[in-house]
Amino acid sequence: MHPAKSVIFFTTASGAGYGLFALFVLMDLAGLVPPAPAVTWTVCGLSFALIVAGLLSSTFHLGHPERAWRALSQWRSSWLSREGVMAIVSFGPMGAYALARLIVPDLSTAWQPALGGLAIACAVLTVYCTAMIYGSLKTIPAWSNPVTPVGYLAMAAASGAILLNAIAFLMGFVSPQIVNVTAILLLIAMAVKMIYWRRIRDAAPRSTAESATGLGDMGKVHLFEAPHDGDNYLMTEMGFRIARKHAFRLRRIALMWGFLFPLLSVTAAGFATGIMASLFIAISVVTGAVGLLAERFLFFAEAKHTVMLYYGDRSV
Amino acid sequence: MTSLPAKTGKKLGLVIDLDICVGCHACAVNCKEWNTGGHSAPLTDSDPYGAQPSGVWFNRIHTFEVVSDEGDSRTVHFPKSCLHCEDAPCVTVCPTGASYKREEDGIVLVNGDTCIGCKLCSWACPYGAREYDEDAGVMKKCTLCVDRIYNETLPPDMRVPACVSTCPAGARSFGDLGDPDSDVSRLSADRGGYALMPEQGAKPVNRYLPPRPRKTVAEEALGGAGLTPVADDKAGLMARWLDKILSM
Repeated sequence: MHPAKSVIFFTTASGAGYGLFALFVLMDLAGLVPPAPAVTWTVCGLSFALIVAGLLSSTFHLGHPERAWRALSQWRSSWLSREGVMAIVSFGPMGAYALARLIVPDLSTAWQPALGGLAIACAVLTVYCTAMIYGSLKTIPAWSNPVTPVGYLAMAAASGAILLNAIAFLMGFVSPQIVNVTAILLLIAMAVKMIYWRRIRDAAPRSTAESATGLGDMGKVHLFEAPHDGDNYLMTEMGFRIARKHAFRLRRIALMWGFLFPLLSVTAAGFATGIMASLFIAISVVTGAVGLLAERFLFFAEAKHTVMLYYGDRSV
Repeated sequence: MTSLPAKTGKKLGLVIDLDICVGCHACAVNCKEWNTGGHSAPLTDSDPYGAQPSGVWFNRIHTFEVVSDEGDSRTVHFPKSCLHCEDAPCVTVCPTGASYKREEDGIVLVNGDTCIGCKLCSWACPYGAREYDEDAGVMKKCTLCVDRIYNETLPPDMRVPACVSTCPAGARSFGDLGDPDSDVSRLSADRGGYALMPEQGAKPVNRYLPPRPRKTVAEEALGGAGLTPVADDKAGLMARWLDKILSM
């Protein structure tokens, strides 16, 4: 599949934003985040900025961005529509939680866990809907399996954790718990991604050139002549091939930069002080971002679509 | 509304005979000609006379080579347009309701006025029936010539999709595949018509008729339709002489 930059940015940025907010609420409920307004502003500001930037970016690849509001109408059948609705709905509890934290002096009342829980549920559901836009497409076997939503959720949590850990360091409320949670989430995300890659390598083909043409009873089917010399929309959108050539190298980049480097630098920062700690934190954010983008680029670029069976592919 | 109708009155569709199709592309050309002025007009081309021409086509003809285990090879021309699926996945993924399946006849259409051009329907279609128009910024697709088949200003024999009316070999038939007694349903049943990629679960309406079986290379060698040899014991003088000359 063609890896559109706007969609890569949308899924990674909004995922990190929701991950950051959900973990912030969790840590807050656990009493690990100081009630200072500066902390609320920083965490919620960054989280909302990432989400809004992601959502805006997702409209850039539309043929008619001015009609984007129409996408909120078909939530009964369409995951894309559900994603749009959930993204808007989640601003409610998330905004309310942030606001309550700013204006209510003592939050240790019964409704804080309730509001926090609702905010977390909304964040998780929105990321799930994003994943299911892709996970519901039977035409792309690499995506239409349960590992896809698990992967999106794990990546959102891990990238959010890197950001929360960085903010905790910079604003002086870092604790072993936050560092440990970040490390564990990174390990989980890495494991899920490795399972995903194993799966797309080992999965039996769902459709073949024979089933696509129905000519399998007669023998092996090969494309003899394409409908035309040049590329058409279907081939450029569904037949992206460049990355498959470099898939192994890109996977290594995603694994090292996306998980191992952040894991090491997050851990190392816990033992360092001053400028060294800041350096490690910067490394964890930058490498995490590069790795996450590589992972998402691969998610699209590696996925094969059934339509290419009509253009020379043997199986998907 | 992008939820699919529980049941459609008719199941209009095409039956395409792969035994007859000669791969002339006339159906694709006439489709383009009609539809560039029809329901989803225009079918935009980019760089049409340049080095990288591309454009919106609702119908494309692929040619496949099918090689049997015995090494017998056949060339099969394979026209492909929208299959107007019963469980059309392109419709249910549409976030705006621009894509819909008509309750009365099962035709799958796009409303170009409400399509946002997110392209998700083209990702959901297993068959590549969706065509994005870069100029208009909306998705387009085969309409089964909805502006032709009900058009009472056309003579009755013209009220079929453009691809069907133009096919010089008669490889394309149009009708109601929901009615088991219709001509197309009977044709499909007689010839073993099949659906493409049933494992995708889209339940396409269009049917393809397989190429008729042909004598294999081995059968031909055993002398089914071949010429009888000129030189055998019963051959006449002239034949034996000719055989000798030609064998030198």
